[in-house]
Formats: sequence, C-alpha cells, structure tokens
Amino acid sequence: MSLVWPLLLSCALFGIGLYGVLARRNAILMLIGVELMLNAVNLNLVAFDAWWGDALRSGQSLTLFMIAVAAAEIGLGLAIVLGLFRATGSADVDLAVVDTDEQADGAR
Amino acid sequence: MSMVELTFLMLSGVAVFSALLAVSTTQVVHAALWLVLTLGAIAGCYLLIGAEFIAWVQVLIYIGAVVVLLLFALMLTRAPTGPDSATTTSNRNVAAAVSVLVAGGLAAIMVSGFAGERLAPPRGGVGSAASIGDAIFGTWVLPFEILSLVLLAALVGAIVLTRRGPERDNGAPGDVPERAQH
Repeated sequence: MSLVWPLLLSCALFGIGLYGVLARRNAILMLIGVELMLNAVNLNLVAFDAWWGDALRSGQSLTLFMIAVAAAEIGLGLAIVLGLFRATGSADVDLAVVDTDEQADGAR
Repeated sequence: MSMVELTFLMLSGVAVFSALLAVSTTQVVHAALWLVLTLGAIAGCYLLIGAEFIAWVQVLIYIGAVVVLLLFALMLTRAPTGPDSATTTSNRNVAAAVSVLVAGGLAAIMVSGFAGERLAPPRGGVGSAASIGDAIFGTWVLPFEILSLVLLAALVGAIVLTRRGPERDNGAPGDVPERAQH
C-alpha cells in the first residue's frame, strides 16, 4: 500500500477538524473537532510507524500515549464546558461573557 | 491496486464523509453519532496498516468512552436537540477557507516528501498486543508512568472544576440569572 493514502486521509481529517473548531458555536461540538484533529495525528503516527518499522514500535507506543492524553483532554474540556454552562446558562461560546480580572475578583 | 489499498480508500471515503457531516450537521446529537462512524472507519484503517492493538484501543476508548462522555455532556448542558440546534458562527466561510488552506498545504508537503514510498504489507504480530506491551513496559515504561500522573492530574482537575463548593455558591448570588438572559 502506498504511504501517501494514510497521510492524505490524515490531512483531510485535520482540515475538517480545524473547520469544526473554528466554525461551531456549541463548545461540545468544538471538542468534536478537536477529537478529529487528534485522530488525524494518531493516523499519521501509525502510518509512519508502519513505514519506518523500528524495533521499539515508537510510533504505535506514542499513539497509545496520545489516546490517553486525548482522554484526559476530553475529560477536562467537558468539565470546563460544564463550568461555562453553569456560569452563563448555555454552552454557546459566542454568547459567553469573558470575565475581566476585576469582575472575577469581585465575584470571589 | 491491491485489495488492501482499495479497502483502505473506501474506509477513507467513509471517514471523510462522516467527518464532514460531524462538523456540518445541524443537530447536535447527530454530530456525535457521525463522529462514531468516523472513529470506526479510522479503526478499520489502523487494522489495514497493521496496527491491530491500536485499532481495538481506538474502539474501546474513543468510541466506547469519549463519545459517551460527549453525549453525556450534551445531555447535561441541556443542549437543544431539535433541527437547527447546532448552528455555526457567521465566520464559517473564513473557517472553511483556513481549513482548506491548511489541509492543502499539509497534503502538498506530504505528497512532495513521501510520494512513491510504499508500506510493507502487515506482518503477523507486529502490531499485536504482545509486541506493543513489550515495547511499552520495556523501553517506554518511564513515559508510561508519567502518563499515569497526567491522568491523575486531569481527574483531580475535572473534579475540582465541576465541584459545587460552598464558597462558590456564596460568591455572587445575582450573577447567574442575570447572565443567563443572553
């Protein structure tokens, strides 16, 4: 199999994920875009691992680490989204009011 | 063109198509479900490349855990689930242009750098759980341990962020209803 096909697929997925992050209004749907970008990177790692074929399996091991980091990322990201929802009443990032430092201090 | 290559291209088509729908559908729950199809197609691609263990981890963690977390959060934030519930921002044309430019640039780099390179057909046992386990618990054992600390920190952070402490509730009583009107 040609190495270019997995690489092109990962480029396409990265672009689609980037569009999702930039264009979506709901914060949870933005996280879906982030997941697509992370999967594109994982696919790149696995493809290059199969191409290089070193004895340490570095590409596939790093892919496993990436998956674990992505799980941590989605857990923290959803906690932040829930905090945003609790503070503003919606998960819409366009409507979110960004606290200045003064307001945040006053709220405390 | 070999059978493996043909199957890979078909799975790529499925992945790209469902990823496009995942970022463009107007119903929030459908976006999460299209993401399932994308992740499953990518798991199939892993199998075809020869990364058997990664494929099953992908199914277990991404499809099993991450998508369930996403759906859970959609329910918790009381996201509107009807049609037109997942609108995009007004700058989606700029976003589309930026994404096409990025993807095109990356693809140009990949093609100019790696055109003509071939992947060897997957050998038995290369991506199996045994060989990946040997690699992780041999060479990569220190990063693996550090990763457990990262996961612990993320767990504690998520708990702290979602905790309703008494000091927060006392903070600004009129704050929440006022901002909810936006």
